[in-house]
Amino acid sequence: MSNMYLVDLNGKLEAEPIRKGFGRGLLEAGKQDENVVACCADLTDSTQMSLFAKEFPERFTEIGVAEQNLVTVGSGLAAMGKVPFVSSYAAFSPGRNWEQIRTTICLNDRPVKVVGSHAGVSVGPDGATHQMLEDIALMRVLPNMVVIAPCDSVEAEKATLAMAQDKRPNYLRLAREATPIITTAKAPFEIGKAYVFEKGADITLIATGTMTYQALLAADKLFKDGIEAEVIHVPTIKPLDAETILKSVRKTGAVVTAEEGQIIGGLGGAIAELLAENHPAPLKRIGMQDRFGESGAPDQLLEHFGLDAKHIRLAAHAVLGNAII
Amino acid sequence: MGQKLPLERLETIANDIREDIIRMLEHAGSGHSAGPLGLADVFTALYFDIMKYDPKNLTWEDRDILLLSNGHCVPVQYATMAHAGFFDRKELMTLRQLGSRLQGHPERTKLPGLENTSGPLGSGLSQACGMALALRMDKQQHRWIYVVMGDGEQDEGNVWEAAMLASKYKLHNVIAITDRNNIQIDGPTESVMPLEDFKAKWEAFGWHVLEIDGNDIEAVIDACAMGRTIVEKPTMIVAHTIPGKGVDFMEYDFAWHGKPPDHEQAVKALHELRTLGGKIRSEHE
Repeated sequence: MSNMYLVDLNGKLEAEPIRKGFGRGLLEAGKQDENVVACCADLTDSTQMSLFAKEFPERFTEIGVAEQNLVTVGSGLAAMGKVPFVSSYAAFSPGRNWEQIRTTICLNDRPVKVVGSHAGVSVGPDGATHQMLEDIALMRVLPNMVVIAPCDSVEAEKATLAMAQDKRPNYLRLAREATPIITTAKAPFEIGKAYVFEKGADITLIATGTMTYQALLAADKLFKDGIEAEVIHVPTIKPLDAETILKSVRKTGAVVTAEEGQIIGGLGGAIAELLAENHPAPLKRIGMQDRFGESGAPDQLLEHFGLDAKHIRLAAHAVLGNAII
Repeated sequence: MGQKLPLERLETIANDIREDIIRMLEHAGSGHSAGPLGLADVFTALYFDIMKYDPKNLTWEDRDILLLSNGHCVPVQYATMAHAGFFDRKELMTLRQLGSRLQGHPERTKLPGLENTSGPLGSGLSQACGMALALRMDKQQHRWIYVVMGDGEQDEGNVWEAAMLASKYKLHNVIAITDRNNIQIDGPTESVMPLEDFKAKWEAFGWHVLEIDGNDIEAVIDACAMGRTIVEKPTMIVAHTIPGKGVDFMEYDFAWHGKPPDHEQAVKALHELRTLGGKIRSEHE
């Protein structure tokens, strides 16, 4: 399972929270461009903005627990030529301030970088209030908005640097828990591109964020079942790389999507829309099935809600069964 | 702007702007009447005396910035901009029509010269804060950010989040003007959601507060000049205005907050504005 994108997945994997990569990326972006500025809503260390805040205190603004103000101050900073990164937990931003993002950032076309940390059920013990599952859907529906969910900290660092160069409003989705580092430092990252991490002809597994690693594990198990799965990592959920995805599905004719969020409106929704209009194919969507999370240990929760390699494998078999029928 | 205009000339301009507001709204068949009429003096003062800008160089780096937070009052901004040379007055009659640059609520990306997009209430002040923070970082504090806000919109929590931030960071380049006309859609502000003691609230949030007659152009000019001298705090100018100002049957009546005049009402309104008790003479084509 080794290629240009991935480390040797059979070796010992290092793990690190995806948000750590954002913290390093923001610091580097700040060094590269003096117009990069940052705002946070009382979660500077949790969102890893602290690295930037310490290095560039004059370019960092503490907003307090005020997420509506967070993004609208961001809009004002962008209006004056700044490249503002504004961060909080995803449950609060974009959870609470969607209208301000819609009007003052997307409709107003200001390149604010909204960063939502602690997304997904893997937030764990904090429970359903803090486990943001609807952010992809909320941001994907907005015209002008770019939606990015990196699969590990290495990719998050690259994504952050790419966002600092991008002239559009962006949303970056980050997770709290340590996630295995699967991509290499040399793996390319471009906004709007999907990457074929594993080649296969029998079924296409399409994953984003923390679930990409689970899709790769599922592909390994499927290989042992005699099924060659193609694994596509979709770090940019919008704009969706339709070409890469359709090329694969035209070959395999069967699809499973995987994400740590609501399938309604999320990656699963996006892929369903794409396929239904362009190349209908049997599809199963792994993700939150129109319900909220609850407190528990991250690993327990992922298994409880079916967000792991085991359930991706089962879904793949189900899809292929349907395909045969 | 270049040389200062005499007060009498400014009052004539304000009256012409009111006439255009009536014509635009009647032609559009929808929109808000009371707020824009009440704000004509504030907008005349801003565009014809207070702000520095160049309608022929909209991205001039030293320009002052005006943010309209209560976007539904945008007809007064469109009419004032047309009079100030941003675009031809004929375009005013495209208000709210398909393909028009003059959207029902202001959209920056549609009409060059607008500095923000608004309509959903309560977000203008925080955008001003972001702009003022950027000015401070860039050491460009010779520029001013003016924000026109409604009073009803201050029911929104976002306003008070911004009020705290501006005070914390002493964003003295922000000069906010509240159109204190005491009406909102559902009725008087004090029955919908009481705002008083309004001045004390802003003072408690750490702002320098001035109270003026918002239909007195000279008072608006003076208050902004005063605001620019206050360097330790942001300034809030509470501009008491008469909703529907200049048209007797609209004045003080909250029913005119969100509707336009029909043809008969427009004719009556224009006649009133043209005479205004014989106080001024308006110039007409």
